[in-house]
Amino acid sequence: MATDSLSTALADIGLSLDDPRAVAAVSLIWYEAHLLDARCYEDWDALWAEGGEYVVPIDRETTDFASRLNLVYDDDRMRRMRVERLTGGLSISAAAAARTVRSVSRFVVTGREQDAIEVCSAQVLVGYKREETFVLAADVTHRIVFGPGGPRISRKIVRLVNSEDTVTASGFLL
Amino acid sequence: MTPDVSSLVESDRVAGTLYTDPDLFEREMDRIFHSTWVWVAHESEIAKPGDFRTAWVGRRPVIVSRDRRGGINVLLNRCRHRGASVCDVPKGNGNGFTCPYHAWSYALDGTLRGIPYPEGYEDVVEKKDLPLQRLKVASYAGMIFASFNDDIEPLEDFLGGARLWIDRFMKQGAGYPIKVQGEHRFRFNGNWKIQLENTTDWYHFPIVHRSWMSSVDAETASMLSIMTDETAVTHALGNGHSVSVSVAEHVDLDVDDGTEKLQDRFSHIVEELSKDLPPERVRRIVRSLHGAGFNLNLFPNVAMSMAFFRVLRPLSVAETEIRHVALGLEGGPEIVNRERLRIHEHFQGPFGFGSPDDAEAWNRVQRGVTGGTDMPILVNRGLGREKPNDLGQPTSHATDETGMREAYAMWKRMMTDGN
Repeated sequence: MATDSLSTALADIGLSLDDPRAVAAVSLIWYEAHLLDARCYEDWDALWAEGGEYVVPIDRETTDFASRLNLVYDDDRMRRMRVERLTGGLSISAAAAARTVRSVSRFVVTGREQDAIEVCSAQVLVGYKREETFVLAADVTHRIVFGPGGPRISRKIVRLVNSEDTVTASGFLL
Repeated sequence: MTPDVSSLVESDRVAGTLYTDPDLFEREMDRIFHSTWVWVAHESEIAKPGDFRTAWVGRRPVIVSRDRRGGINVLLNRCRHRGASVCDVPKGNGNGFTCPYHAWSYALDGTLRGIPYPEGYEDVVEKKDLPLQRLKVASYAGMIFASFNDDIEPLEDFLGGARLWIDRFMKQGAGYPIKVQGEHRFRFNGNWKIQLENTTDWYHFPIVHRSWMSSVDAETASMLSIMTDETAVTHALGNGHSVSVSVAEHVDLDVDDGTEKLQDRFSHIVEELSKDLPPERVRRIVRSLHGAGFNLNLFPNVAMSMAFFRVLRPLSVAETEIRHVALGLEGGPEIVNRERLRIHEHFQGPFGFGSPDDAEAWNRVQRGVTGGTDMPILVNRGLGREKPNDLGQPTSHATDETGMREAYAMWKRMMTDGN
């Protein structure tokens, strides 16, 4: 029965672990989370494809990020400046960054192209700073491209559940 | 016990307990936030009839609405029946507000319009007696203020010397009306006055914002090299208001002697605008992209800071919410409004290159002061070089603490006189 049809259904609508590209994409996303929690920002930057787009929007519904105010709206240049800010020693909030541990799960493949795959996931980040522990939850969408150098992130959209309310974050990246 | 409030503020220092004493905080809510003019919205946020947004006056939730006749209303967000909030969304457009509990419904101006099953109220309730509580409202140059104090002085008198600077601030529209383009919101663990002080504190800027300064182009960094700039001055404007000039040539954006070179970072915008606009219009718009060349601090809760509004909301004695409201040009070129959004994102908000460092510094102030509340906070920088300008306003360098002294003088007056 049903196991086969369930597998087929999952392959059609979401993640199939038989799909090596999906597995590679999830592995990359997990590795990315590991690097961000470890604050290895230069290694993280190397995961990106040229022309990558990194967005933490305020409006959870929009896809027209350029005409809206966002929390983060980075092209390659801004993302590299952000890495420099977090590692360069000039920022007092980066020096006192919260410690973070994040889980990324609930993976669903939402798009397939010839050389790319789009994966949605849930991210729950627990942070700790100065006697306070806090949680930030987000729906995340990655577009992972497969080139000669292996999989790379070409787009990452982080839609926080509270993006339109107050967002308190300090010295780390989502 | 009522503290001896007048002894807490002197001309050159304030008591550390101003950041930490919960009783003082309660008194501030009553005597300042629930008594004076408090900024609640910009008119562009409620441009059309039926538009509304929620806001706060001190700790009280309010609704700012535009009624069908175009009038602006500020209403306590509390049903007159059993107290539920009648509006639970931050903004929108509608015909009025209906309480979710028993469906009492109110018009956009707060009039009680309908009560379900009214039989039980015969000879008990007259609808005209139970509108949503209306605050006193006034608007200046699109800035909407409200007050719980029906006897408050006219807004124009309260703003006083700040009006000139509000007018100048709006000139960054370059002929277009200013509009709100979105906002960043975050909280920090610290007293609201730590943020109030910050708007006219250019002393901290090259220290706290080194990482932002290193990330911008040399022309922008040079524009804000305040420390050695003698034209960077602060004026005390009365009633707790003050202004700090950071870019003297951008104080009045209508004045242009033609010597300023437009920044290279905006060359793509110059090129785009030049397809449709004459050179003088392009220059006028591009010179205004960083906003006005000053930070205007309006006591107690809003600042008009170069290209954005900074709004503070006291949550408790040691917790404050900040909104950084991005501004654009209503009907203006899309490329200009987008550039202004990118400039705002670069500095402001929880992931900006500036705000997190400010918040870190303010949090450290709260932690430090809590450890030594018997020691004063010094606001004496520049006292020896403070002189009246030709309007008689105390004036010193932009890195001096003239603005803070002005705010604390007003604080003392309101906290002791019961104004």
